[in-house]
Amino acid sequence: MRRFYERLKALPVPVQRTFFLTGLIAVWYLLGVLEIWPSYIFPTLPGVISSIASGIERGTLPIAVWGSIRRLATGYMIALGTGVITGFAMAHVKLFKNTFGLLVLGLQTLPSICWLPLSILWFGLSEKAILFVVVMGAFLSIAQAAEDGIRNTPRVYIQAARNLGSRGARLYRTVILPSAMPTMVTGMKLGWSFAWRSLMAGELIYTLPGLGYMLTMGRELNDMNQVVAVILVIVFLGLTTDKLGFSVLERSVRARWGTESGK
Amino acid sequence: MDLELRGVSRDYVRPGRMVRALDDVSLSIRSGEFVCLVGPSGCGKTTILHLLAGLDRPTTGKVLADGAVVTGPDPSRVLIFQDAALFPWLNVQGNVEFGLKVMKQPREAREKKVSELLEMVHLERFAHSWIHELSGGMKQRVALARALAVDPAVLLLDEPFGALDAITRDLLHEELQGLWLKASKTVVFVTHNVREAVLLGDRILVMSPSPGRILAEHTIGLPRPRRMDHPDIVPISQEVLASMEKRG
Repeated sequence: MRRFYERLKALPVPVQRTFFLTGLIAVWYLLGVLEIWPSYIFPTLPGVISSIASGIERGTLPIAVWGSIRRLATGYMIALGTGVITGFAMAHVKLFKNTFGLLVLGLQTLPSICWLPLSILWFGLSEKAILFVVVMGAFLSIAQAAEDGIRNTPRVYIQAARNLGSRGARLYRTVILPSAMPTMVTGMKLGWSFAWRSLMAGELIYTLPGLGYMLTMGRELNDMNQVVAVILVIVFLGLTTDKLGFSVLERSVRARWGTESGK
Repeated sequence: MDLELRGVSRDYVRPGRMVRALDDVSLSIRSGEFVCLVGPSGCGKTTILHLLAGLDRPTTGKVLADGAVVTGPDPSRVLIFQDAALFPWLNVQGNVEFGLKVMKQPREAREKKVSELLEMVHLERFAHSWIHELSGGMKQRVALARALAVDPAVLLLDEPFGALDAITRDLLHEELQGLWLKASKTVVFVTHNVREAVLLGDRILVMSPSPGRILAEHTIGLPRPRRMDHPDIVPISQEVLASMEKRG
């Protein structure tokens, strides 16, 4: 037994993972075949696969994915723009930092889905209301990171650059902003995951084409296969954006700075 | 470029008190001279360099470069920092190129200059390396190349070799002397290592701490290029050290 474990441990990590996932899927499949639980309690492997396939075929899944992604992207872009500007203002305008900065710090503890009731009262049951929640999810951590990054630019970088003749907007663009990048990337990633969570929470409550709504529909129809199918799609999308977007940014920062966190 | 401090004092505000880093310091450095500032930590050596670079202002007194009052930093007087202060988001080439880009030099001219400088500091193979991939000695060489790119009349060096191992330091001493002999630059070199000062300087200004003052001045007449194993270096160093302890 012990030797068996040692040998498994010595295998390459991708092989370990393949074994694990294959095993997991096999167990899942077998439990489904045994029909221990009713289908509205326990999703089956073929059921989930056919649910995804029919979702794609009927077009409901692509529409939901597109709806959610579009909302997320729009909200995130708004949060990124306003967040960076706010962070910039907090880093440079003392009065703004002392006043508005307090809000940014204080509100960070509030889960952004709590903005939904307020948002519905302001914007009605509309696309805007959910967008507001997404923006609030990402905005604070982006603003905070932008401020930290700009404020913590090592003084020697600024001195060295000024000594070489760099000033004003050029100094900002070529020294302060790049120096803030590692902190910014961390904040942007955090903001993205907050936005994603807020969006899903919002969509669960909402009747708008989106993945959250598809989950709710699955529950209302007692269609466990659809529920799990949508969960898998959500996980897949989350992993993909992380691997294609932020991991690329993080790797670039790590290559330059030569550290995990970038500092 | 001639440099001069005329009755310069510099006070810093620290929580709850004022600290006088420099007290009524006057000195003048002739164009093309190699001057070393030595003294224990806290004697205001670095403050003098920052004042000469224009990165700091005197509380009272005047800082002059070629007779004109220094009002801010300028590429004609470049400071090389103790820890090199290279930009980690740029590779070696990008760092050396930085000042040339500020001067809006065309791409070909920049590339030519960068490759000349990297060859001079023996780092031509590392043009595309990131800063964290370099050793301490290589970083200081890049910092030197970055400073020389803007062709300054004055080089201000703040304990640049303090954190390096002895072999690398010897090599860089040699290279710095060679460079100074070739290009007629004014060099102000700060160190707490008396022997290093004797090895490199035409003139040594000895400083005392809290508040920073100039205690003594020594002219070193040894022929160049000098080496650390020159028999006169140790006795002269002892002389300099003695002048440091007299009132310190």
